[in-house]
Amino acid sequence: MMQSAKISVQDFSLYYGAFHALKKISLGFPPRSLTALVGPSGCGKSTLLRSLNRMNDLIAGVRVEGRVSLEGSNIYDPDVDVVPLRKKVGMVFQRPNPFPMSIFENIAYGPRVHGEKKRSRLQDIVEQSLKSAALWDEVKDRLDSPALKLSGGQQQRLCIARLLAVEPEVLLMDEPCSALDPIATEKVEELVMDLKKKYTIVVVTHNIAQAARISDYLAFFYLGEMIESGVTRQLLTNPTKHQTEDYLTGRFG
Amino acid sequence: MKKRNLAQRTAFLLIGASAVITFALFALILGYVLIKGMANINWEFLTTYPALMGREGGIFPTIIGTLVLTGVALLIAVPLGVAAAIYLSEYTKGGIGIRIIRFAIESLAGIPSIIYGLFGFAFLVTFLKLGFSVLSGAIALALMVLPIIIRTTEEAIRTVPDDYRQASLALGATRWQTTSRVVLPAALPGVVTAVMLASGRAVGETAAVWLTAGGALKLPFSLHDPTRPMTLHLYYLAAEGLSLERAYATAAVLLVLVLVVYSLAIFFRQKFGMKRR
Ligand SMILES: Nc1ncnc2c1ncn2[C@@H]1O[C@H](COP(=O)(O)OP(=O)(O)O)[C@@H](O)[C@H]1O
Ligand SMILES: [Mg+2]
Repeated sequence: MMQSAKISVQDFSLYYGAFHALKKISLGFPPRSLTALVGPSGCGKSTLLRSLNRMNDLIAGVRVEGRVSLEGSNIYDPDVDVVPLRKKVGMVFQRPNPFPMSIFENIAYGPRVHGEKKRSRLQDIVEQSLKSAALWDEVKDRLDSPALKLSGGQQQRLCIARLLAVEPEVLLMDEPCSALDPIATEKVEELVMDLKKKYTIVVVTHNIAQAARISDYLAFFYLGEMIESGVTRQLLTNPTKHQTEDYLTGRFG
Repeated sequence: MKKRNLAQRTAFLLIGASAVITFALFALILGYVLIKGMANINWEFLTTYPALMGREGGIFPTIIGTLVLTGVALLIAVPLGVAAAIYLSEYTKGGIGIRIIRFAIESLAGIPSIIYGLFGFAFLVTFLKLGFSVLSGAIALALMVLPIIIRTTEEAIRTVPDDYRQASLALGATRWQTTSRVVLPAALPGVVTAVMLASGRAVGETAAVWLTAGGALKLPFSLHDPTRPMTLHLYYLAAEGLSLERAYATAAVLLVLVLVVYSLAIFFRQKFGMKRR
């Protein structure tokens, strides 16, 4: 799992001030597959996810040790520019967060900040991205209406489309369905199943059943440590560590 | 139980009474000035020059004076104030230096406006040799309204949800792209409110322009010409006993202008508030 990984974490520790939030994590994320991060809340899943595109840089007092390699080079090297890194390793948040702009402008935002100016090209990108995010048919007649008027599920798929528009290679998703109803959740899950044929995807989820449905690999976290990881089916049926077993059988919240 | 009810009723009564008194005072002042002033306002009064220092004629150049001074002051203060607000809210983390700057801005807001006039006279008019002019008056006004613009804009920027910034940065946008393309547009109604509040202050200001803008009763054709805004004209008309009728008429015009500006500010503020869900 480590060798062929698109992105991998090695002996990675993260501190919020004096608080040791991630403890010597080592884990690889294979390309064109979906890895789910699970564990009780507060165990560090979101923290790890944010470490993969350095969104943690925005939080004051964060310190890291160890490496995160994207195709072999450490993203925490001092000369790394976070702008191209985040273009490559994009993120979908727990709460859908479209900009207060039109649907079109939301999707065109990414390509625009990366220098695309041609209207016709932007139109193509918007259409392609919305199609890839399985949202095109629902919004193609109202691209100029405000994105905030969409339903929660549509907003989340819009955020995924907005991300796809910058042509990322890795997609990070932090509990992307936790604010959605079951039907919207199903749609997003279907979409993610489709996207993992092309992208390296890492999803944080609270929901073991969801992890079982969508993920190829699973990593279980507890109190800032990675307890175990492996192929989803094996880990779910045959956990080797007692914390994993306790969690799976519902002995934690 | 009865006692508590009584206390509650008394409190409500007192609170209600103070609200009524406040409103009555506002209505009284407004009504008094408007009634005494409106009688003498007509098209001629608004469009002709004063004669005999204002004993006769209209107030045309002073209306223009007010508009020009306010306009130039805003041209100076808005870019400066918005830039300062962006810097303070988006690019700093609140060290000791920033606390000092904030303290300075708060203090600037508390300085009596005559001090701005005096400073303008000593520094702009005399030392920089800008003379009694639109420019001197506008700079003094700009300094005076700067804290309003900074504070109101900063407030607006702060209410922009962090989600937007995160979304933008996570797409690989730079800090500046995030600020200019997402944060500022989202904060725009607040910036407009800031501009309106600042205009209201500038339109109604007397002391800061008294020692800086000069007092010429002609149209200013360049930034270096002296000018006389309505407030100053009103002051001369009343203080020197030139024409109390015209003083009230000028006051009424001024009041209407200020009311319009503040109504716009409130309108934008409310629209802004509603957008926050
Ligand atoms: N910005 C922060 N500052 C300080 N501590 C934080 C911050 N964010 C998260 N933590 C702490 O780090 C731990 C892991 O948090 P998080 O990664 O959000 O967990 P999870 O996503 O698994 O619920 C928690 O104990 C949390 O309180
Ligand atoms: Mg979390």
